[in-house]
Parts: sequence; structure tokens; C-alpha cells
Amino acid sequence: MLELKNISKTFNKGTVNAKTALDNLSLTLNDGDFVTVIGGNGAGKSTMLNAISGVFRVDEGSIIADGVDITFLPDYKRASILGRVFQDPMMGTNPNMMIEENMALAMRRGQRRGLKWGITQKEREFYHEELKSLKLGLEDRLTTKVGLLSGGQRQALTLLMATLKKPKVLLLDEHTAALDPKTAEKVLEMSDRVIKENNLTTLMVTHNMRDAIAHGNRLIMMDAGHIVVDISGEEKKKLTVPDLMALFSKASGSTEANDKMLLS
Amino acid sequence: MGSLINALPGAVSQGLVWGIMALGVYVTYRILDVADLTVDGSLATGGAVCVMLIRAGVNPWVALLAALVVGGLAGLVTALLHTKCGIPAILAGILTQLALYSVNLRILTGKANQPVSVDKYPLLVSQRYVRELSLRNPILLIVVIIAFIIMVLYWFFGTEKGCSIRATGANKSMARANGINPDNDIILGLIISNALVALSGALIAQYQGSVDVNMGRGAIVIGLAAVIIGEVVFKKIRVNFAGRLTFVTLGAVIYYIVIQITLLLGLNTNDLKLITAVIVGLFLALPYWKGKVGERRSRKVVKNA
Repeated sequence: MLELKNISKTFNKGTVNAKTALDNLSLTLNDGDFVTVIGGNGAGKSTMLNAISGVFRVDEGSIIADGVDITFLPDYKRASILGRVFQDPMMGTNPNMMIEENMALAMRRGQRRGLKWGITQKEREFYHEELKSLKLGLEDRLTTKVGLLSGGQRQALTLLMATLKKPKVLLLDEHTAALDPKTAEKVLEMSDRVIKENNLTTLMVTHNMRDAIAHGNRLIMMDAGHIVVDISGEEKKKLTVPDLMALFSKASGSTEANDKMLLS
Repeated sequence: MGSLINALPGAVSQGLVWGIMALGVYVTYRILDVADLTVDGSLATGGAVCVMLIRAGVNPWVALLAALVVGGLAGLVTALLHTKCGIPAILAGILTQLALYSVNLRILTGKANQPVSVDKYPLLVSQRYVRELSLRNPILLIVVIIAFIIMVLYWFFGTEKGCSIRATGANKSMARANGINPDNDIILGLIISNALVALSGALIAQYQGSVDVNMGRGAIVIGLAAVIIGEVVFKKIRVNFAGRLTFVTLGAVIYYIVIQITLLLGLNTNDLKLITAVIVGLFLALPYWKGKVGERRSRKVVKNA
């Protein structure tokens, strides 16, 4: 479904600040794979997701999604096959527009936007049903401006918008990191449900080892721009946090496993 | 008081024609979140195109339409400088505006101004009839034109394309993630904005009976003044998009009434721009100051706690 072939990316190339964020990285996601991604700060997790979604172009290698080479496509053209949820809850929605208008925007990804009315009555009924599934009471607030919602509500809405058109690949970039623990759990639960219901191929970056173990069918660990651990199936189910810590120390060659990962 | 009432129709009609320009500024400044300085040039361009065509015997409506198209082209130039050449929007606008000064002089066949007398040509609006209670009173037609423009804008920004432009203006990363190319929206928005500004310039020129190559100097500030006055004065009234556009044009009217009053109080016309700049500067700074005060207050609360 998604194939990364030997991709590399160096920021500030040719300067003293040169930083290799992705180093000859290869990864193949099968149909319906739900992969959690962990790793320390600067390991390249977000860079990998940004490379897939097209925020920048990779220096080398190719990216193939759903059989199409998307290496050189601009991000807005990849939007028809990719769904994205950002870390910042403010980034995925438009505060000045109503909930239904935001959803209508998401509903038209991959389509030509012409002079037809931006939202139809039939759509509204559909959005009402979809919002109901979030169980946040948003279905009765279709005409509320999104700027009035809480971070958690906005993130839930972004998730719904990202999956409204059943993307080939769903990219979740620490999408619960900015939320309080209770809301984070709720949004994670929601993500799980949506992914399962639609059998979405998913990449989820997280800083939280427990979340990485509890969700998905496969786990990868990154360090210094490549993948150092790739565990799936039964092996992943048996995984514990201490196991992961040990793997991390071994892979990165340092004993001081990332504090942030421990704490979260 | 009597002189104010005497001057009122003039101020109102002038405010209304400039209100069309304010609508153009609203499209870029509020919807697209771009400060577009092209307008200082494209206003005079609209006036110049319209006046020269009318003087050549072209139907005034056709001349108005031509001004609209040429204004749109000016917007296109700024938009291409910004999106395809990577020049910051403000600078792109300044470049186009500067270039337009020469272009406008060319259109005006090398003269700094050109008259278009209502005695000689069938003008659509003229300030000569502004106090007349008849169908040729300019206020009537201008109000109709404004109503039409607001209707079109209301419709357009409700369409798929219009929604996409609004999304681009508010949150580019969200727009991109949803398959929108922000560049295309910025281009279209700047075209629409400057077309409206040029249309306004065409009507202003007819209204005054002449066009001047300097008529657009500081137009952006007047446009911003109208947008901000419209928002502040009618803040308490909750309306839809069409209502907000109406308030913007009313903002321009209020601006011109205030200007008229200050002139009647004996103010020197030469100081107008300075006063306008000060007032608009104050209104732009107000929200920022308000935020600062709020911050300080909350800091105090923390200290007391």
C-alpha cells in the first residue's frame, strides 16, 4: 500500500548546520497495517511522515502509495490518497469556518472545486451521522465556528475529516501529544475505532511507549534517520515497556533511553 | 449644522463609491489574510481606463467593465509575483503599484489628469446631481451596484471555490492537507479584489468628472479604515457574510462623513492623509493593546493567588 524506497533527507545541506534527518530509509506497509512509530527526539519520525505527506521533497529514493509514484507530487495533490492529523490541534481545522463547512472542505479533497454550492443538504445529514459517532455532541453544533471548540474536539474533528474520504494511508503525527491525558485517551480510542471500521493503512507516531504497544499490529522504532526495530504480529502483542527500553538502548547504542519516552 | 446637512449627500455618495474599493480590500485583507498594496495603483488604473474609453466614445457600461478586467490583470501581476516568484505579498504589491504609475500615465496619454465632463459624455454617475431628488442622483445607481456586488460576493464565497479561498486565508496547512493548492486561491482572490478596486476607481472618476494619476495614493489606508470602522461600529450586531460586507461599505460612508465634519470644523485639507493614517493606526493597534492589558491583568491574578 505504501512503500518508501531508500529515502534520504538532509536539512541545511552543505552548511555547518547540515542534519541528516532520514538516512536511506526503507519501509513497506501492507494493506490494513496499523504501524506505531517510536523513537527519541530527532530520530526522524515526524520527518518521515512529512516526507510521505509531501511537506518537502526527499533528496533521494522514492515514495510509492497505492501503486503510484508520488515522490514528486506536491502535498496538496497527495491529499486525495493521504489523510493527515497534525500534532497541533489548531493546524488541521479552519477556526473561521463552521463545523459543516470544514467537513465539506475535507469531503472535496481530490475533486475539482468549482462554482457549485459549497455544501449540500444531503451532505449535512451525512455529517450529522458521522459526528454522532464521535459521541462529543458535535452533531448538534454543525453551524458552530470551529474556533470555539476545545483542542480535543478540534483534534477529533480533524481525525474525522482526515478519514471522511477513506484515505489509502492515514498519517497520525503525535496527534494526542498536545491534549490532556483523558482527552488524549478518548481521541486515541476514536482513532482505533475509525481505523478498524475502515481497515485503514495507518502510520502513527507517538512518544508514549505504552500507546505504541497497545495500538496497532506492528511497531517500528527509529533512530538517527533509520528504522532500528520492526516488530509485528504475535511478537508485538507480547511486548512490554521494559522490553522496548532494552531494545532501544541496544539499537541506539546508549543506555540513557529517552527520558521523555519514560515519563510519558 | 446647515452646512453639514448640505455636505451630507456628497459625503454619503463618496463613501459609497469608495465602499466598493473597501469591499475589494476586505477580500484580500480579511478573507485572504494578505495586505495588498496594489490597490493604490489599480484604483487609478480603473479610473484611467474608464475615462479614456468614455472619451473615445465607448459606452460607459462597457468602459466600466473594461476597468474591471484591467484591474483584475493588475491583481494577477501581483499574485504571480507573490506565488510564482516567491516575493512577499506586501513587496509584490508595492512593485505592481509602482509599475502601475507609469502604466497609468501611458493610459492617460502622458498627462497627469484627464477630464470627462458630464455635459459631453453620458456618465453613469456625477456629483453634479448629488442633491437632486431624481433618478440621475448618483447615490441610487451606486447603491444598486453595491447591492449587486455584495450579492455576487455572498454567492461566490459560498461556492466550493469560494470556500477553498476562505480556507486558504485562514489556515494554509489545513488547506493543503485537504487537497487545496493555496497559490491558485491567492491568485484568484487578488484578481477579484483588484477588479473591484478598479471598478471603484472607474466610478470615482466619473463621479468627480476627471481622473488623476494620483487619485489612488493612500487608497489602501482608506480601504482599511472602512473595513475596521465597519467592524468596530457594528461589532454588537451579529450578521451573516452579506451583512458584514454591507457594514464594510457603511464603514466607508462613516469615514467620509467624519472627514466632512472635520473639514467643516476648519481642518486643512492637506492634513487629511496624516489624520487618516493616525486614526487607522490607532484602530489597528487597539486589539494588540487590549491583549497586552489582558495579559497584565492575568499576571496580577497569578501574583495574588
